[in-house]
Amino acid sequence: MAEHIVSSYDNDLQALRQRISEMGGIAEKMLVDAIQALARHDTALAQTVIASDKRLDVLQREVEENAILTIARRQPLAVDLRETISAIRISGDVERIGDLAKNIAKRAVAIGADFQPQKIVVGLRHMNDLVLGQLKDVLDAYAQQDTAKALDVWKRDGAIDALYTSLFRELLTYMMEDPRNISFCTHLLFCAKNIERIGDHTTNIAETVHYLVTGETLAIDRPKNDRSIDTGVEAGA
Amino acid sequence: MSSIAVSASSAIGKTAAADTGVPVRIAVRNLNFYYGDFRSLKDISLDFYDRQVTALIGPSGCGKSTLLRTFNRIYSLYPEQRADGQILLDGQNVLSPSIDVNELRARVGMVFQKPTPFPMSIYDNISFGIRLYEKLPKSELDGRVEEALRKAALWDEVKDKLRQSGMGLSGGQQQRLCIARTIAQRPEVILLDEPTSALDPISTGKIEELIEQLRSEFTIVIVTHNMQQAARISQFTAFMYLGELVEFGPTTKMFMNPSKKQTQDYITGRFG
Repeated sequence: MAEHIVSSYDNDLQALRQRISEMGGIAEKMLVDAIQALARHDTALAQTVIASDKRLDVLQREVEENAILTIARRQPLAVDLRETISAIRISGDVERIGDLAKNIAKRAVAIGADFQPQKIVVGLRHMNDLVLGQLKDVLDAYAQQDTAKALDVWKRDGAIDALYTSLFRELLTYMMEDPRNISFCTHLLFCAKNIERIGDHTTNIAETVHYLVTGETLAIDRPKNDRSIDTGVEAGA
Repeated sequence: MSSIAVSASSAIGKTAAADTGVPVRIAVRNLNFYYGDFRSLKDISLDFYDRQVTALIGPSGCGKSTLLRTFNRIYSLYPEQRADGQILLDGQNVLSPSIDVNELRARVGMVFQKPTPFPMSIYDNISFGIRLYEKLPKSELDGRVEEALRKAALWDEVKDKLRQSGMGLSGGQQQRLCIARTIAQRPEVILLDEPTSALDPISTGKIEELIEQLRSEFTIVIVTHNMQQAARISQFTAFMYLGELVEFGPTTKMFMNPSKKQTQDYITGRFG
């Protein structure tokens, strides 16, 4: 895209993009480390994840403040306005992703070395890998303004929902088997739910990227495969 | 708005307009304009909708003021300037030699960048134009002057000094006086050529508020260099560049997601 006649305007928008890129990097690392901490009972690693969230919050505030300043100062129009609004929205989503990763880390500390069925941990890791891939791709799509890539992320979220549903069922089974499993199973269930919600945030970002690039909102419904609502405890099961 | 106008404009074929369902008041077709040998408007075809505000935007020298000046043939004051093509006002070609230009200018009023009150009283500034065309008893003329000043949101500020000179008003008041003078003729179309570029933000706000109110009665065409103003007050926007119409569409679309790169570069302040 051509440069602005007022070069400091380009700098303002560039600064927004850089902060979001930094936020994305932090969120990715938090997510990797949170699951690692959970799987390896690594409390120290979990604590670093919890600490990282502060930086994310600061960056989000900066993006918001600078975007508002840009609106006040430049009265952006067309693609510039979409870019400014998108920065506010994406920074909000990434900040929430950070909160959810932090919550996983907190639960890793809470569970400690309690028994964790390997199958569940493998399931969580798999889910996390998918979500991490989504997050990486959607941040790339934002940086490259690649709406096809964003749409691809958006479509893939159904797979994460499906995995969540199957983990939900499995955890329910463990809880029914032995009430002593309920504590860690509930924590793990929340972890799975957090990862699933991170997936939702990546699709929000994908929608924002689509809007940023095309100027149009996605009119169709996102594919959803979360069937956990239909999964109940059957009598005598 | 007669149905003839709609059928006339749609019969001519290719237009720059979106299908809006709003009746067309002015249909410009294949309009060319020449300053001597220089062709400053190139084959412009464009619809202006009834009781809507259409903003003309573009860099200096792109032809937007020229286009505005063709609607009431004010250019014909200068012998070396000429236009060809068609400008259909309610289906009638205003470029036709048989048109009475004085009557045309009463139907298509114009307000300029710098306020241009006549060096006479506020009252006479308004009544002057009315008296050119109509012989009205004093009481009725008073009523028309008041009506025009009220519609221009100036009445309350000047009602006690109607006999004082119009030149004594502030810039913003003078501009509203000029709008009142235009309204007094009961025109169909009001042309505004950068009406707020010489005004402070408060006076500008008053003129913008006025334009919104006048839209219920008049078809308004405004030339502005202020993108935010165009975005605020118009329903349709036309972007012109080097004498050509680059893009025309609903204002929301033009300022949020224009189709042409040239439009986007201009409204976002980029090197095109």
